[in-house]
Amino acid sequence: MSFTLLAVQTLNGLQLGILLFLIAAGLTLVFGVMDFINLAHGVQYMLGAYLAVAAFQFTGGFWSALPLALLAALACGLLLEVLVFRRLYDRDHLDQVLATFGVIIFLNELVKVVWGAAPLSVPLPLYLDWSVPLTDTLSYPVYRIALIVAGLLVAVLLYGLVTRTRIGMLVRAGASDAEMVAALGVNIRRLFMLVFGFGAMLAGFAGILAAPIFSVEPGMGDNLLILAFVVIVIGGIGSIRGAFVSALIIGLVDTLGRSFATDIARLALPPSAANDVGPALASMLIYILMAVVLFVRPSGLFPVSSK
Amino acid sequence: MIPASITPKTSPLKASTLVPLILFLGLALVPVYAQVFDDRFMMLFATRIAVLAIAVVSLDFILGFAGLVSFGHAAFIGIGAYAIGILSEHDIWEAWISFPVALAAGGLFALITGAISMKTRGVYFIMITLAFGQMAYFTATSLSAYGGDDGLTMWGRTEFFGTNLFANDISFFYLVVGCLAASYLLLRIFTGSRFGRVLAGAKQSELRVEALGISPYRYRLVAYCISGMVAALAGALMANQAEFVSPSAMSWHRSGELIVMCLLGGLGSLHGALLGTIAYLALEEVLSGTTEHWRLIFGPLLVLVVLYGKGGLIGLVTRRPGK
Repeated sequence: MSFTLLAVQTLNGLQLGILLFLIAAGLTLVFGVMDFINLAHGVQYMLGAYLAVAAFQFTGGFWSALPLALLAALACGLLLEVLVFRRLYDRDHLDQVLATFGVIIFLNELVKVVWGAAPLSVPLPLYLDWSVPLTDTLSYPVYRIALIVAGLLVAVLLYGLVTRTRIGMLVRAGASDAEMVAALGVNIRRLFMLVFGFGAMLAGFAGILAAPIFSVEPGMGDNLLILAFVVIVIGGIGSIRGAFVSALIIGLVDTLGRSFATDIARLALPPSAANDVGPALASMLIYILMAVVLFVRPSGLFPVSSK
Repeated sequence: MIPASITPKTSPLKASTLVPLILFLGLALVPVYAQVFDDRFMMLFATRIAVLAIAVVSLDFILGFAGLVSFGHAAFIGIGAYAIGILSEHDIWEAWISFPVALAAGGLFALITGAISMKTRGVYFIMITLAFGQMAYFTATSLSAYGGDDGLTMWGRTEFFGTNLFANDISFFYLVVGCLAASYLLLRIFTGSRFGRVLAGAKQSELRVEALGISPYRYRLVAYCISGMVAALAGALMANQAEFVSPSAMSWHRSGELIVMCLLGGLGSLHGALLGTIAYLALEEVLSGTTEHWRLIFGPLLVLVVLYGKGGLIGLVTRRPGK
């Protein structure tokens, strides 16, 4: 447990946190404003990654592929909204769960048909394909640092958008009482579509950013979806600030837990038992955290809705 | 006299007796079919359906009836299965010991996690039950003495007073169907009782039930424990069916699948859950036999059921004569 290892793992934790934030931001807005549980949000992340692969093959460069994939992700999100999700807004939460589960099954398979089941990858983008030396033997890829910076920029942008603009004001108003906003003469359907498309694009952006460092494969969004739900529940549904704070907490706790849980368990347990308990405890950590947070604050850390 | 609000709105009382009768009769006749056509696969497939249906019916009891969406229900199955697996590892094969242990373990887990989870509402409840399910899952992966990640192979099946009732395909099948029927009837009696009316009332309006001087918390907790025990029974049977226990039985995918089966069949009638399980597994089996990419059909089918088949499959079956 050296200092450099701690530094590297902290960076990795921030990186996971940023990806989670990009996914959770859309999820929490869609949930908070439209009261719509979208399980298919994780699939948007996967689509983003695959679209990055496709766009890269088309243009041959990451930088030219980025805007192309981003637009395609937005288009996919809007297409899904028009075809399926729009019909689900007035439905029961459980209807939404079943239908969006069906969408997950479909898209995971579609991706397999189009791109094959084998994992794909995108090479690191030009200018970011080098590493920062941390010690004589250890270096950290600059792309991963760029990813954290890009995520932070999006967070700042989003915060400004939500707190300083008229659209943001409507979104916040929608999160606390959508019916009242509609009654005041705002076209709530258009607001919903805007929020939905934007959220889908953010999740797609996370997928595009992840494409060069993780393997792009069918089902890659499923586990992140669950983590994103953990994030928005801890943060308080509908709260961007809550999503940001809890995404970073979850990212750090999960990553640091995985690297140090076994060592910590060794302090209290015999080595063989610690080797068993450590990894399980590390995987459990975020769920324990969520259970504790919900027990103490049943509506999350930053509750928004007055409902 | 049962008040109108207790029976499902769209189905006349007749359908709610007829549908389960047909379903159970159909299940009971499967061994006859399997004998005549020498179809062992059908036999095993029907066993798989019946085992899982016990868990789905138990989920419908709290989800459809009491409005508690448990996203960690697979944990109870896993706990029941691990109870059987771990006892068999210590050479305890007698059903009169292992099954009560399995049920008690499931009930205890439900009591502890339920008492905490019921502090929260709505989506927060869904997520906290998911959290407990995941904790159970990762605990199972860390049990290296009992297989850890890889799971635990049992070297035989549970015995019943020393006889191997569980080992024969047909007798095991009827045992499973018997457990399913007993669970179904028991839960249905609960739903019709005063206890059930409090649950259904609290689902509609917690405030009104409280205004009547009843605190729904304890009723819900008891319902949660009953549901957990029934699901653990399913797990105990599942361990015997596969002669194998693994953490994957507790994964959140499985919990999600259970909810989907419930919804597909239609909520709140218990036999809807049974129908949903049969439909889900049969669809999966038939479609995966026709094309490798069967999920391309299966996914949109689920969406269509939601969009056009209000109230799940049971709604389609029972609404026809009325409207």
